[in-house]
Amino acid sequence: MKVVAAIVLSSLLIAAGIVLRPLIATEIPASERRSGYTFMSPDTKAMQDDDTTNPGMLGVIEGEALWNRKGGSADKSCADCHHDAKVSMKGVAARYPSYDKVLGGPVNLEQRINLCRARHQQADPLPYEKHDLLALTTYVAEQSRGMPITPDPTPELQPFVAKGRDLFMHRQGQLNLACTNCHDDNWDKHLASSAVTQGMPNGYPIYRLDWQSLGSLQRRLRNCITGVRAQNYDYGAPELVELELYLMSRARGMPLETPAVRP
Amino acid sequence: MARSAIPVVGGCFALALLALPRLAGGEELKSYSVTGDAIVESLTGEAGDAARGRKLVVDRANTCILCHSGPFPEDKFQGDLAPNLSGVGNRWSVGQLRLRLVDASRLNPGTIMPSYYRVDGLDRVAKAWSGKPILSARQIEDIVAYLATLRD
Repeated sequence: MKVVAAIVLSSLLIAAGIVLRPLIATEIPASERRSGYTFMSPDTKAMQDDDTTNPGMLGVIEGEALWNRKGGSADKSCADCHHDAKVSMKGVAARYPSYDKVLGGPVNLEQRINLCRARHQQADPLPYEKHDLLALTTYVAEQSRGMPITPDPTPELQPFVAKGRDLFMHRQGQLNLACTNCHDDNWDKHLASSAVTQGMPNGYPIYRLDWQSLGSLQRRLRNCITGVRAQNYDYGAPELVELELYLMSRARGMPLETPAVRP
Repeated sequence: MARSAIPVVGGCFALALLALPRLAGGEELKSYSVTGDAIVESLTGEAGDAARGRKLVVDRANTCILCHSGPFPEDKFQGDLAPNLSGVGNRWSVGQLRLRLVDASRLNPGTIMPSYYRVDGLDRVAKAWSGKPILSARQIEDIVAYLATLRD
């Protein structure tokens, strides 16, 4: 009976399309997960480690000022509702993107800030990738520095994580490459002379030396998508948020490093 | 589109012309036939130029040395995602090299080597590259000619 039950169950699983596919064998085991930090030169590590040399810390300082600045028709600041970010925002970035009940889907940290502006400050959204949104996001995320990534467990979120995983595994662009081809299968190698790395999301927003500025995870994702010569997604596109969700689930337990420095 | 021995032209010739109006230099994909694991005939009907081929290989825009290293002492930024090209002319015949450049996925569907002379079966290609192979037939022949000279 047990054998029959097992056969029936596996048939059902196959029918439901939720069997483990061969690709899953290439995913990085938790014990081998490595932050981008571990691939960096001693100089770049030192720059991140010391708050007086880490250029991302300027974003934190400016973000704190924005946190306390009143704005919008409601003339409210973030602090008017959330008070001391060091208390209220501790651990928040470690579980984003998170589920928004009203939208019925995931929102990332930048989108949550803009939703708060719309819903509670009656203020216009801050534009993606401009200084204010990056600084405020960095300030919020820095409150979780050193805390382990703990993805939002909301059941309604799981189909979006699965979509992000599908995108991660899907070859695209003229070069016909998927994220997994480099960041699961070849993270110990070098593209030109740069470390490929595991594509872990545990330091964002980052100060990237190549950009000479702070930048979001979505900016970094868009760089790679351009690199494989695929059509890009707009900032805030559902595909990019789903990819963020999958990346965070893939980095479960890794400590946040925001603001990380990367080459 | 299913892969056939003659992948693009043949029955799809008219369609290919309609679908690829912006192909570089107005060039449509040349037909070719695969014999074993090789394309024996030159895509252009002519031998490539090895000196031009070397320039193409070391030009990062053509992506070769992002993944491959090789006998290019002037370039310090070579990748190690793929085999070193030194001696590649001993390991493969000209025809085998040609197929590996044109469509390596035909030999190994899991390869990370892009298909340098293929426009079908790709998803979400950026507009600037849409309908264009990564390299032209002449560029493929020049690179094949150069790789064939790498004997050590």
